[in-house]
Amino acid sequence: MRFLLVEDNADLGQSVQKRLAMDGHAVDWAQSLADAEDHLGVASYDLILLDIMLPDGDGRDFLAAHRRAQRDTPVIVMTARSAVSDRVALLDTGADDYITKPFDFAELEARCRAVLRRRGGAAQTQISFADLTFDPLSATVTVGDEVRELRNRELRLFEILVAAPGRIHSKAQLCDRLFSFAEAVSDNAIEVYVGRLRKKLAGSAAKIETVRGVGYRLTDT
Amino acid sequence: MKTYLAHSIRRRLVLQLLIVAAVLAVLLYFSIRTVADDAVETTQDSILGAATMAIADQLRGADEGVEIDIPYSAFSMLSSISQDRVFYRIVVGGETITGYPDLPDPPQGTSLLSPVYFSSPFRDTDVRIAAVERAVLVERSSVPVLVMVAQTRQGQAAIVASMANRAAALGLGFFAVAAILSLLTASSVLKPLHRLAGSVGRRGPQDLRPVTGSTPAELVPFVLSLNGFISRLRAALTRTETFIAEAAHHIRTPLSTVRAQAEIALRQTDDAETRATLHKMIRAVEDSARSASQLLDHATVVYRTDQRDDARIDLRTLVQDVARMSDPTADLRDITLDVTVPDIAVEIQGDRLLIESALRNLVDNSIKYTLADGLIGIALTVESGRADIIVTDTGRGLSGATAKELTERFRRGANVADVVGSGLGLTIVAEVAAAHDGAFTLADRKGGGACARLSLPLR
Repeated sequence: MRFLLVEDNADLGQSVQKRLAMDGHAVDWAQSLADAEDHLGVASYDLILLDIMLPDGDGRDFLAAHRRAQRDTPVIVMTARSAVSDRVALLDTGADDYITKPFDFAELEARCRAVLRRRGGAAQTQISFADLTFDPLSATVTVGDEVRELRNRELRLFEILVAAPGRIHSKAQLCDRLFSFAEAVSDNAIEVYVGRLRKKLAGSAAKIETVRGVGYRLTDT
Repeated sequence: MKTYLAHSIRRRLVLQLLIVAAVLAVLLYFSIRTVADDAVETTQDSILGAATMAIADQLRGADEGVEIDIPYSAFSMLSSISQDRVFYRIVVGGETITGYPDLPDPPQGTSLLSPVYFSSPFRDTDVRIAAVERAVLVERSSVPVLVMVAQTRQGQAAIVASMANRAAALGLGFFAVAAILSLLTASSVLKPLHRLAGSVGRRGPQDLRPVTGSTPAELVPFVLSLNGFISRLRAALTRTETFIAEAAHHIRTPLSTVRAQAEIALRQTDDAETRATLHKMIRAVEDSARSASQLLDHATVVYRTDQRDDARIDLRTLVQDVARMSDPTADLRDITLDVTVPDIAVEIQGDRLLIESALRNLVDNSIKYTLADGLIGIALTVESGRADIIVTDTGRGLSGATAKELTERFRRGANVADVVGSGLGLTIVAEVAAAHDGAFTLADRKGGGACARLSLPLR
């Protein structure tokens, strides 16, 4: 996905950009509202991640102007305020969703996906691998003529694997990305989801290979 | 609301007006009585005087003394006004020659050339007496002759009494009318005050506009100081809000950086010890952020239950919105949210923020405690005058704790040490239910998990 990140804090902006890039997203980073306008003038984005308190104005005013101008790029507000009244006001202003700082990147991604799905989908998002097609937005894999739905964790697991085919992912790494940090899980918990995903991929050339003692990798047999 | 009766302006005003009215009524009564007394006495006096003069005019000096021919017309004149008894006495040279010798003498030292009137007790009653003296020539010498006519005063008293009754009735009537008028006056005088109080009292929590509209001159200083107070309050609130927002911003932004950096670091290391440390860091960040949110939410709920901003709200839309917003969080753990709502809107009178906050807390709680692949049911039902929002989950249930314990502030269940939480979520739900005259119940669900029910009256 292509993001426009509007955040004035240098440390946070950098971390978010880096973290999203790790998941294969393209992120343009604007440090002020004026900067954001410049970016929007020359490029198009799947999503705008908007901070509220910016040096040259209030993100909510930007959001209202954005909606008045009938620009339909979805906006997810990253707010430091968590009061119910602020949340309601944000949605009333035209935000598609909001996420309270500090946020879980998995949740941010889930919210982005939900917003895009609600908006009827962005551009081409399908990924082809081996003899199957994977559509992360609709959470499906197509094997032959058969469309198979993936549950959220199966989807995320496949997304991780398909982003770097052939690379070995350790159980611990996969756990971090699949489970919330609030959950206490053992590294072996990942086996359940690998098992489920294997069933969904059954019959295709794509295989999840176990590298004993190290982890898993996706291969095209 | 307390009523400060001791300082009621209305009561004081009415009381003072009533005292004035009472004094005026009493004065009215006495002045009417005095005037009536005088009028009746003057009337009696003039008849008595006329009778006395009529007798005096008949005095003739004769050879042996004084000759008098008492004209009975004089007495008939008297009897014409009442049934009172009439007495007379004629004194010639200090000796009573006819009439009642014990009729009292006129006061000493008064000129008796024209009739003199006085009251005096006589026998068993009070009489009014007219006395006049004439000099009669008897054998070339002048002999003083005193003529006195007296009349009892029953008739006069009766007339005075009847007039006094009327005066009393008049006084009472006056008082009654004055009392009603003073109540009306007090009400109309205080009406602007009530209007002012009402217009300030009906305001919602967010309404900090200055008080406008026509104000009586006497209330202008009050309204001015009230407006001054409102603007100071607004400034203070704005400062507080700005401060909280900025404080939150300044705390949460670096926390976000810490969290993001920790996640990045996690991606880059396979060292178990480092990973465990990073996990702990992320959990601590999450814990503090969540506690801050809950505290803020709780403060908002407490503030708003005092100053509710009620409106018609559609619970069906609200339930659907909350479910939609919570869906990505549930989805992350493959938890399915199953939403059941009626086909029609379910309108109640209530504060949208409060109810949304309660519902969000219920759903968040269920998501937190439900294992992966679980199911959370959110149902809205309407029956017998109330709407029920029922949230069921397949989590770990209450494990023996009662709903009452779990809704206590900062109290958490015994089986939740491994899950991040502040112990305020259910407190918020219970407070919101109470603020809307509703009820909140929490029970173990058959087959495991919990069942929370927020009941709100349909109004």
